[in-house]
Amino acid sequence: MINELMSILSHEPLAEDTYRLVLHGKMVHEIKEPGQFVHIRMDGFYLRRPVSISDYDPLNETITLIYKVMGDGTEALTKQNHSLEVLGPLGQGFPIDQIHANHALLIGGGVGVPPLYSLAKQLRRKGVSVTSILGFRSKEEAFLLEDFEALGDVHITTENGTLGRCGRVTDVLSEMAGNCDMYFTCGPTAMLKAVANDLPDTPGFLSMEERMGCGIGACFACVVPSKDEKGYKRICCDGPVFRAEEVVL
Amino acid sequence: MNLSIKLPGLSIKNPIMPASGCFAFGKEFSQCYDLSELGAVIMKAATKEKRFGNGTPRVAETASGMLNAIGLQNPGVESIIRDEIPFLKEKGVPIMANVAGRTVEEYVCVTERISPYVDAIELNISCPNVKEGGVQFGTHPQLAGEVIEQVVQVSHVPVYVKLSPNVTDIVEMAIAASQAGASGLSMINTLTGMKIDPKTRTPVIANGTGGLSGAAIKPISIRMIHQVYQAVDLPIIGMGGIESAEDVLEYLLAGASAVAIGSANFKNPFICKEVIDHLPKTLERYGFSSVEQAIGGVHHEKAGSHLLRS
Repeated sequence: MINELMSILSHEPLAEDTYRLVLHGKMVHEIKEPGQFVHIRMDGFYLRRPVSISDYDPLNETITLIYKVMGDGTEALTKQNHSLEVLGPLGQGFPIDQIHANHALLIGGGVGVPPLYSLAKQLRRKGVSVTSILGFRSKEEAFLLEDFEALGDVHITTENGTLGRCGRVTDVLSEMAGNCDMYFTCGPTAMLKAVANDLPDTPGFLSMEERMGCGIGACFACVVPSKDEKGYKRICCDGPVFRAEEVVL
Repeated sequence: MNLSIKLPGLSIKNPIMPASGCFAFGKEFSQCYDLSELGAVIMKAATKEKRFGNGTPRVAETASGMLNAIGLQNPGVESIIRDEIPFLKEKGVPIMANVAGRTVEEYVCVTERISPYVDAIELNISCPNVKEGGVQFGTHPQLAGEVIEQVVQVSHVPVYVKLSPNVTDIVEMAIAASQAGASGLSMINTLTGMKIDPKTRTPVIANGTGGLSGAAIKPISIRMIHQVYQAVDLPIIGMGGIESAEDVLEYLLAGASAVAIGSANFKNPFICKEVIDHLPKTLERYGFSSVEQAIGGVHHEKAGSHLLRS
């Protein structure tokens, strides 16, 4: 974990209220696995903003973030074009080295989609087939479709039916799940819970989001009940990625 | 520059410590710097049994600060003695244990257990985020006096009482603590606040209310320390919105003998170390040759002498 003033290589709208930010710096060499996140500090805001890492490239020393404007902080982030103070990489991602699967099912909802992208690329590199279900509110808010299509089958759902199947990711889950021996999902907690309930017999990993304070495990703001003796996990440092059976949603 | 200071139970090499609840038990921050750089560490609150705390969301950002309602989540006093204190001991940093409870008996029991392993106790009668205990003791001088007296009796080390700002008369509470046998005061805990989300029409924090901290509360803390310093002869550990060495000096001048840095650890995990590094130059710039010399400075100024300094 380092705190680095990273330069902004590019920063552009990707979909409605959604931006892609490419940062340059040494931090990329500290990233262990896909699914980790960074904590961004901005002038005028008391707390940092956690943003998941969508992709990273050690050769060119870049980290790609995709974020959605959720409030004043992320709105102010859209105006940044020179450099950013970034703490990271933080948290435990998808344990890519320990994953043994033939066919992975990736289920992403909204801004839960970005961390699955780097995972999908690394799974493919390991020879794992990838099928993705990506859910968005509308066509305007959808992104990374072609990027995922380049890696395997993609099924899109939108809540208003403007793209793909009208409905939610869980509406197509049962049709896809049969061929897959492991799943990976990231999105709102209600979605993670629905996915985990629908795939009780398939091993899976969930990546969680929550309002955070410190981002390093000291403030206990982002806890989730767990099934072990301790009774809780800190999303920022024990997660954000957990085995589905570890946490109580 | 002499940064060291002697307080009851604490001989510290500089007056900077992380505030309770903002530093857990130090392990996370030891990735950022050597904890032996700190004057002392004030650990996260200990209760008799483990507590899970409140629902999430537990934090919300506010103007120049934040609200939190963690709810005293901690693994319980036995686990803290077994799993957390040895790590800090190994770092060679003085330790203050923050003690919380629902009842007088719980405060007494936790103090009895933990005090042999630490250098001082910070008695938390001011947490605004739990339904029982905490701030109910901290807002009534008589209740505060009773719990402090009993805790002081069983404690192996000096007891500092952490005062709540959620009172009409802070001096009355400080006097009650002093009369009950406290060795020092910690000032201040958070102020009870609320933030509402217009989209959902509900409070942002699951608990409803939360404790306000950060730069926004610094003037309140400075004012209260200024008042209490004049009324009570006890050393004060000052806290509330400290982010720089200048802030530390302001606290020393108001009457604090040492300070604790809280929420600022969340936006900058290196803050305690940075403030310690900047403190000598800052003291020097304002004409001080030690920390000791600055303590209570505002009260020692003679009429008109500020004109010569400005």
